[in-house]
Amino acid sequence: MMMRSFLIIILLLTGASVLAAEEAGAGHEFTADLSDQAALQRGARTFVNYCLSCHSAAYMRFNRMGKDLGIPDVVLLENFMFGTDKVGNTMTISLMKDDAVRYFGVAPPDLSVTARARGAEWLYNYLMSFYLDPAKPTGVNNLTFKDVAMPHVLWELQGFQQAIYVEETGIDGLPVKKIDHLELIAPPKNKPAAYQNETYEQTVSDLVNFMVYMGEPIKLQRYSFGVWVIFYLVFFLIITYFLKKEYWKDVH
Amino acid sequence: MSTATKYILVLRDWIDDRFPLMEEWNKHAGEYYAPKNFNFWYYFGVLSMVVLAIQLVTGIWLTMNYKPAADLAFASVEYIMRDVEWGWWIRYMHSTGASAFFIVVYLHMYRALLYGSYKSPRELLWIIGMLIYFTLMGEAFFGYLLPWGQMSYWGAQVIISLFGALPFIGEDLSLWIRGDFVVSDVTLNRFFALHVIALPLVICGLVVVHILALHEVGSNNPDGVEIKKHKNANGIPLDGIAFHPYYTVKDLVGVVVFLILFASVVFFWPEMNGYFLEHANFVPADPLKTPEHIAPVWYFTPFYAILRAVPSQLGGIVAMGFAQALFFLLPWLDRSPVKSIRYRGIKYKIALTAFTISFVMLGWLGMQAPTPSYTWMARGFATVYFLYFLLMPLYTSMDNDKPVPDRVTK
Repeated sequence: MMMRSFLIIILLLTGASVLAAEEAGAGHEFTADLSDQAALQRGARTFVNYCLSCHSAAYMRFNRMGKDLGIPDVVLLENFMFGTDKVGNTMTISLMKDDAVRYFGVAPPDLSVTARARGAEWLYNYLMSFYLDPAKPTGVNNLTFKDVAMPHVLWELQGFQQAIYVEETGIDGLPVKKIDHLELIAPPKNKPAAYQNETYEQTVSDLVNFMVYMGEPIKLQRYSFGVWVIFYLVFFLIITYFLKKEYWKDVH
Repeated sequence: MSTATKYILVLRDWIDDRFPLMEEWNKHAGEYYAPKNFNFWYYFGVLSMVVLAIQLVTGIWLTMNYKPAADLAFASVEYIMRDVEWGWWIRYMHSTGASAFFIVVYLHMYRALLYGSYKSPRELLWIIGMLIYFTLMGEAFFGYLLPWGQMSYWGAQVIISLFGALPFIGEDLSLWIRGDFVVSDVTLNRFFALHVIALPLVICGLVVVHILALHEVGSNNPDGVEIKKHKNANGIPLDGIAFHPYYTVKDLVGVVVFLILFASVVFFWPEMNGYFLEHANFVPADPLKTPEHIAPVWYFTPFYAILRAVPSQLGGIVAMGFAQALFFLLPWLDRSPVKSIRYRGIKYKIALTAFTISFVMLGWLGMQAPTPSYTWMARGFATVYFLYFLLMPLYTSMDNDKPVPDRVTK
């Protein structure tokens, strides 16, 4: 009995925030595209530089990524690996879980399969919709994931957005303020050299595509395997069809 | 005769002197006479066996790398998906196979509703089949916990807690099933044992019994006439053809078509948009964080919708139990002298159509987050679902059935 009421309370608490997170959103449409290897490489670069210090990707091996995305071990060691020098290692981090909880209030989740749980479009919208909110300890809030504990890590690539409110009439007849859209008020001043020639949309798109790849590395190959398997089965079907026809000639 | 053939025949005879090899082969294949008018619906029996074989073989290979422990299970599945050679392929075949199993079994059962395959003399065959279906549901339920994702965890939590609503023994029973106060490492370990050893053994045994029972009474057919009534001088049914080679080669075509569809899912849509692999199951199980919307996998959702449609929890469990148990009574609820839908009257046709729509709609409703209007829809469809069974003695006994032909039609 105790247990059940405890679970209900948790359900109410988490349920409320999740529902709120679902309501809002920046409204961008996004479909993952894994066909551009250069884009996946750029996404990998952003991932290891900006995400892979608080978040781990503990199921992803550096050399698997290197093999799949055409990055040689030397380049991996020099430009992609900061916490280890073994290319066969997975993407772990040195941030301890207890420390993380102390810093952020919650431990940043492992991102190996996040793209499969959340979906590419959600991730894209999430990374696009940080906005300034002085009420938050990190100074920012997020339209897609309300009251998220994560700071706007990509601020030096995007700059800061401000929420533009509109007044609407609520269910009780009183006016309520609602976020209409976000506006970039402080564009990045000193964008790192590597990102000078790309827009923030491009950076986020590459990053999300990389995370979709990371969620299921075999996705790069499984379609072409599938074509061969089905090609063979169709060939076999023709044989079995005529075999059946031959035998059934004498059934009337 | 070539020398090789000669040696094979010598070996066969050597075995035959010590084991009824040819006798059994003839009884179940070479001289088992099946009606010659099987149609599309008669593929799903053999397809169920194909899927069973896929599940057994892929299951064996999965256990070679899977770790049934709360702190290792999720990671070991990702290890299979990434580091085990072709592990992703084995895992997707197994996860797709789970859904495919229910698709072919539901269609196999639906065939019985269409052509009255549960009616005398096949009542026991039908009951054995229902036992397989029940065991299969258990097998699927236990297996779903193993990836140890959020949906695995909370799905198991919800279903086991249902037993808690039973009067008197409920709380103790659910505690006994879990082996702990919440779903935990202990639960995972025993579900693994049940999923990989206990229930597969039961299923394989029941499948053998199912086939023995089938070959004792003989197969029904789309006309619902007994082919054993008309035999030639050698005692062979006039409308029967030997299972081997006629149906072995015909089934082979069906199996290849099935494999094409199966491979399409495995290689192109393994998640099936969240129906075969739920998105929330890519988040590791967290006992402190309930997902906002817990839905079972699609094959359980018709019964889940019935469970939620009843206001009291105990009432819902009873209704869900009845929704499944009523299938056992079909041979005795159906009073019609006619087996096949081809010669049934309009009443049964309407009843079966209404039942089909209700089952599909309940399945859809079971996937949705409940709203008041959805709950009322579920109540309506659940009522139709139950009336199909409960009114069956009435509408089947006063239906305007058509005359049944003496022999099978083409």
